[in-house]
Amino acid sequence: MAKSDLKIDIRTSPYIRKAPSVAQIMRNVVYALLPLAAYSVYQFGISALALLLVTTLSCMATEHFFCRMSGKKSTILDASAAVSGLLLAMTLPPGFPLWMGAVAGFTAIAMGKTLFGGLGFNVFNPALVGRAFIQAAFPVSITTWTPALAVDRFVEFIPSTLALPFMKPAATAEWTTQVAIDGFSGATPLALMKFQGIITDSYDLFIGNVAGSAGETSSLLILLCGLYLIYKNMLDWRIPAAVIFGTVISAELFYFLDPSKYPSPAFMVLSGGLMFAAVFMASDMVASPVTPLGIFVFGFLVGFLTVIIRLFGGLTEAVMYAILFGNAATPIIETYTQPRIYGARKKAKEKS
Amino acid sequence: MNLFNLFGKKTFPHGIHPDEYKAETNAKPTRRLPFAPEIIVPLAQNIGKSAKAIVFKGQHITRGEVIAEADGFMSVPIHAPVTGTVKEIDIASNAKGGKEPAIIITTSLNSGQQVPEPDNYYDYQQMSREDLIKAVQNIGMVGLGGAAFPTHVKMNVPADRTIHTILINGCECEPFLTTDHRVMLENIDNLLLGIRIAMKCVAAPKAIIGVEDNKLNVLEAIKPHLPSDGTITIEAVETKYPQGAEKMLAYSLLGIEIPSGGLPSEVGLAVFNVATLAEIGALLPKGQGLIERVITITGDDLAKPGNYLAPIGTPLRYLLDYAGFQGAEAELILGGPMMGMPARSLDVPITKGTGAVLVLDKRATRNDDILPCIKCTQCLQACPINLNPSELGLLAAKRQYDVMEEKYHLNDCFECGCCSYVCPSNIPLVQYFRIAKVLNRERHLQNG
Repeated sequence: MAKSDLKIDIRTSPYIRKAPSVAQIMRNVVYALLPLAAYSVYQFGISALALLLVTTLSCMATEHFFCRMSGKKSTILDASAAVSGLLLAMTLPPGFPLWMGAVAGFTAIAMGKTLFGGLGFNVFNPALVGRAFIQAAFPVSITTWTPALAVDRFVEFIPSTLALPFMKPAATAEWTTQVAIDGFSGATPLALMKFQGIITDSYDLFIGNVAGSAGETSSLLILLCGLYLIYKNMLDWRIPAAVIFGTVISAELFYFLDPSKYPSPAFMVLSGGLMFAAVFMASDMVASPVTPLGIFVFGFLVGFLTVIIRLFGGLTEAVMYAILFGNAATPIIETYTQPRIYGARKKAKEKS
Repeated sequence: MNLFNLFGKKTFPHGIHPDEYKAETNAKPTRRLPFAPEIIVPLAQNIGKSAKAIVFKGQHITRGEVIAEADGFMSVPIHAPVTGTVKEIDIASNAKGGKEPAIIITTSLNSGQQVPEPDNYYDYQQMSREDLIKAVQNIGMVGLGGAAFPTHVKMNVPADRTIHTILINGCECEPFLTTDHRVMLENIDNLLLGIRIAMKCVAAPKAIIGVEDNKLNVLEAIKPHLPSDGTITIEAVETKYPQGAEKMLAYSLLGIEIPSGGLPSEVGLAVFNVATLAEIGALLPKGQGLIERVITITGDDLAKPGNYLAPIGTPLRYLLDYAGFQGAEAELILGGPMMGMPARSLDVPITKGTGAVLVLDKRATRNDDILPCIKCTQCLQACPINLNPSELGLLAAKRQYDVMEEKYHLNDCFECGCCSYVCPSNIPLVQYFRIAKVLNRERHLQNG
């Protein structure tokens, strides 16, 4: 006889489940970011490495601190803070002072995430909140670019990296002229476009042979890392696709109107942080819409705003604000883009 | 039009692909389960009204005779699953954890268990539509796919609606289950007869059998028996859960959507499960009642998993013993792992609607924490109805049950469980929705 003391577990259906855990998803995002981190270290040396470590640790420590303070179990093991830290570091100039990086990490998690209630409740992408804060607080440091592939990059820090807190970072102009091979001006392709009217070759942009933030220079590598996540079903391909589509369409419009004045769509897509932002920033699950049409509207909006800000705004880097704006618009986008359900009736009938 | 069909397989958008676990039982022929010494026959076995007992304590009953009669149109009679003596008419545990009236029968070990030969045979072709529907009610037929909705009620299509096609559901999309698979292989003649009877009942000129393409041997087996005039056809559909939901099957086979809140008859369809029609084909000509059914017994810690022809009312304890259950701790599920009902006790019987008994050990029981929704959209991409489970879940957490119903189509959810299955945050979405529906219903009742 079946034992009368048989323990019967009672749950309600479904009894089976097959899904990666949140921690597994976040860990995979970390894995996907590691090649980009490695490439930026290869390009910019120990300064980039130090910056990556500082922002990541700062984000994780902040998350741990606030979880403890509010009496909750620490959530750093779900790796979402590490993701924010890595993302943040890759949007900063490689010679960015480390103490400012730490402030950025703290701001990202404190104001971008725990303030709203932690993972799942953040309205904005935390990394971008951190970067937006830094952009306003340290406008000079965040626009000071140093050349890639300097000879002594693995033994020598970029002078500004080790600035003491609240001290003015060392000027890098002199250092830059010393290490630069062929008259590197320190200007990013977007700055060159905006202020000098020089359009960088698309191939150089694609490979990453240009100045820029630590992790956003090689479009090719960004795409490959993104493909890994798409393959693992942990990145919604529709978001980067919509952002790129929105950018191309908007840029094409202006390029069509006056090709001599406005840059080509290819330049727009490949320059600056757009590719990185499209693949890793805009696709932040929590802060982007969930409805199929909403995802497209969101992506298109981000792409369109990026082009508008780049062409007509005062800043060279625009995609960050475009995404923050998109994040803010997400609830209203969702409200108007609820999916049509199976069997929906043409007229909603009043039912008792 | 169904765009998906243009690219090969007949299917519907969204859904999931769970592991099948069917190999353990799908190749084994159905065996007859011996009679349990005590049989518990609940009076409430179908949707609608319970049957009324017409036997008394101590009465000797013969297998197949009516022991409870239908109470009105939304009810079906119950026939004796065994020959024996009525031990008691009392309340007994049901699977839901409550108690319900049941006829408890002590199986007679001395007399034989033969069902008496019928006095006369019925030829469905000679019968009127009304007589046929009455006959379907008299044999106590309910939907054997799990819903246990009285079949004759479904066949009684309103006069202002015309049925152009009946769909015969042989998808069996739930993992682990192979009952319908075996029925379709072993009971082809009865199935086809049942289909013809159903076609006559609803006056449908056409019938399509839909089978998932993990059961291609069924297609091969049935095709030679189909009539050459093309009135009955069989089609393969993609193996995908919940293909066997009637809404999904209607879309996969014909590209037709059954309107929200409506019945299939609104768009000219009637949907029946294969096992239901096979039983009608077997029983109706003889006028015999539904007293046994094929069920899959499968899962963990079983020595003899397989498909068994089991008398209605067999207690789970007997069933598990016979299948050689060894475990000490388990989940017992009546039905499949996605939509089945948990059994609260070993002393509950199988009923007409029980298609399977599934035993899951600790392996399946996950006690992971429930995390906040990270809006990964997996649930939206899994929901076959195209709901927004993510938003519904957030609203449920805020107890805005009215908003869920009015703005987010809560009542279109048929609780297939795809959203819970794919949720990385382990949010029990379907479970939330069930609670929301019950509370909404109570609220509507209170408000009159």
